[in-house]
Amino acid sequence: MTNPAGRFGEHGGQYIPETLMNAVIELEEAYNRFKDDPDFKAELKDLLDNYANRPSLLYFAEKMTQDLGGCKIYLKREDLNHTGAHKINNALGQALLAKKMGKTRLIAETGAGQHGVATATVAALLGMECHVYMGVEDMERQALNVYRMRLMGTEVHGVDAGTGTLKDAVSECMREWTNRISDTHYLLGSCMGPHPFPTIVRDFQSFIGYEIIDQMLEREGRLPDYVLACVGGGSNAIGTFYPFIEKEGVALIGTEAAGRGIDTWETAATINTGSEGIFHGMKSYFCQDEYGQIAPVYSISAGLDYPGIGPEHAWLHDTGRAQYVAITDEEAVCAFEYLSRTEGIIPAIESAHAVAYAQKLAPTLPKDAIMVITLSGRGDKDCAAMARYRGQMITED
Amino acid sequence: MSNETIRAAFESGNGKAFIPFVTCGDPNLETTKAIVRAMVDARADIIELGIPFSDPTAEGPVIQGANLRALEGGVDTDKIMDMVAELRADVTVPLVFMTYGNIVYHYGVEKFAKRAAEVGIDGLILPDTPYEEKEEFAPIMAAHGISYISLIAPTSEDRIGMIAAEAQGFVYCVSSLGVTGTRSEITTDIGAMVELVRKATDVPVAVGFGISNPEAAAKMAALSDGAIVGSALVKLIAQHGAQSAQPVAESVRAMAQAVHAL
Repeated sequence: MTNPAGRFGEHGGQYIPETLMNAVIELEEAYNRFKDDPDFKAELKDLLDNYANRPSLLYFAEKMTQDLGGCKIYLKREDLNHTGAHKINNALGQALLAKKMGKTRLIAETGAGQHGVATATVAALLGMECHVYMGVEDMERQALNVYRMRLMGTEVHGVDAGTGTLKDAVSECMREWTNRISDTHYLLGSCMGPHPFPTIVRDFQSFIGYEIIDQMLEREGRLPDYVLACVGGGSNAIGTFYPFIEKEGVALIGTEAAGRGIDTWETAATINTGSEGIFHGMKSYFCQDEYGQIAPVYSISAGLDYPGIGPEHAWLHDTGRAQYVAITDEEAVCAFEYLSRTEGIIPAIESAHAVAYAQKLAPTLPKDAIMVITLSGRGDKDCAAMARYRGQMITED
Repeated sequence: MSNETIRAAFESGNGKAFIPFVTCGDPNLETTKAIVRAMVDARADIIELGIPFSDPTAEGPVIQGANLRALEGGVDTDKIMDMVAELRADVTVPLVFMTYGNIVYHYGVEKFAKRAAEVGIDGLILPDTPYEEKEEFAPIMAAHGISYISLIAPTSEDRIGMIAAEAQGFVYCVSSLGVTGTRSEITTDIGAMVELVRKATDVPVAVGFGISNPEAAAKMAALSDGAIVGSALVKLIAQHGAQSAQPVAESVRAMAQAVHAL
């Protein structure tokens, strides 16, 4: 007997140690019980609206539109959420669910630190113990976020196994969860891992896409033609895309991190360079060698520096419903600078990957076409690294 | 069929089996061959051969380190298959592979099963592939005479009967929460888990995770049909490198003796 649930085409599934099986089954049952519960929904909506600052703005980027000379460009401003990124949507949803399940302790992985900060934030708000696992390499790249997490009472654990980045932090969280399950919820930050996580994370992020539909109908009286979002594991992208999957005529474009280029080994572009595999609880596409050893991926963006992609994205790629393009470090840094200069909005380096593709695509489109770019986060956390990339050292000493 | 060879291995050792583990290629395949032969000589009943994986999510630091050393040494699945073929010239105890789903999936499940059967592998353990996902692997392994060995954990509870009812080879009873590694004591009620297995199947049950000395091995084997030891031996290999066969043999001999004396 196989479990048909949690599959997106052939992707997804539950490839985890037996020790965790009852935990994910319990999570799935709880999620199914609470997701349509009016009290749970009202409680979550109150937190999203009054704590996280939803709905986020849909901003018409007029100067960028004029400058690129093609289609109309709107920015979905997830960067204006409390904590500065889309990660808070999922963190609030899952933490509230965990609390309903009687869990008192949260563990989470983080790459750029945004998900770690979001988890630390909701843990402080809801009075839960919190432990975040972060690669030592990332702790150095994102020292400010480490400080923010500790400030809010979270214990940050450095992971030096493997490449010391996001994939190792996920592995360590899975190991840690097998150690202590009864009082602990693993608050996974992306639409990946074993079922039911890809579905839960997608649902809690799909506020982004549903709001875009409402806001677009109000502003333009129609749906957009192009929707762009950056993809690491893919949570802001799946939250943006999901409500549009059935809306034919809306092109869905995910931008992956090409790092130094998809023809180099220093890349994290999973769809463009990877192959099918089984890792971190799911079947999907992964960067790996001919024997299935997971590749040490690279991107300037700590949040996209992951060798896999969520299973629903793998399926959207297989079916051709979404397209996945690769953006290099250099292109992303240029887009980071471009949006700052043109619109006075400093995007996260992750989100800058989506802006970079918009810079290529928009000029080729007619003036009456409409594009929405999800700005998944703000770029304050990246300023020191971007300055460093340009050869300038900035410190606050 | 390997179900029979595995069962016979349990029966030959007084009904109790001692099952040591080694990561293939740590630090190189020549050493692994010497270790396997030394384990046989020290009266191991079944040997678990680990095919290294870059990101072993069910392992503690000790076996993670072994995986890394092996991969850095340049080992791969094909070289390990060739090594097993060589060992089969003189090694007759059942050999079972322990690896991760992606290693088998990426090699091609059918191709993996065929090659593993050719070189003389008896069983396969995939710690990241639970009951719900075994259909992708178990029937293909069975078609090639390889037992797909299932794990049960302290958290399995109501799942034990379902898992045991379809068990092949032996049931791998995970002694404790957490990942692999040595532990000062095992607090799980192993007897109760074994009893649930016995209700559903007559396939033997062996206990692993956290066993590091003859006393613990005997205690776990007394509650079940055997003891599996990994990290304690891998620690010796980390310490002695290419000269590991002798110290590993001594440790295996002491633990196997304790298990067989029951």
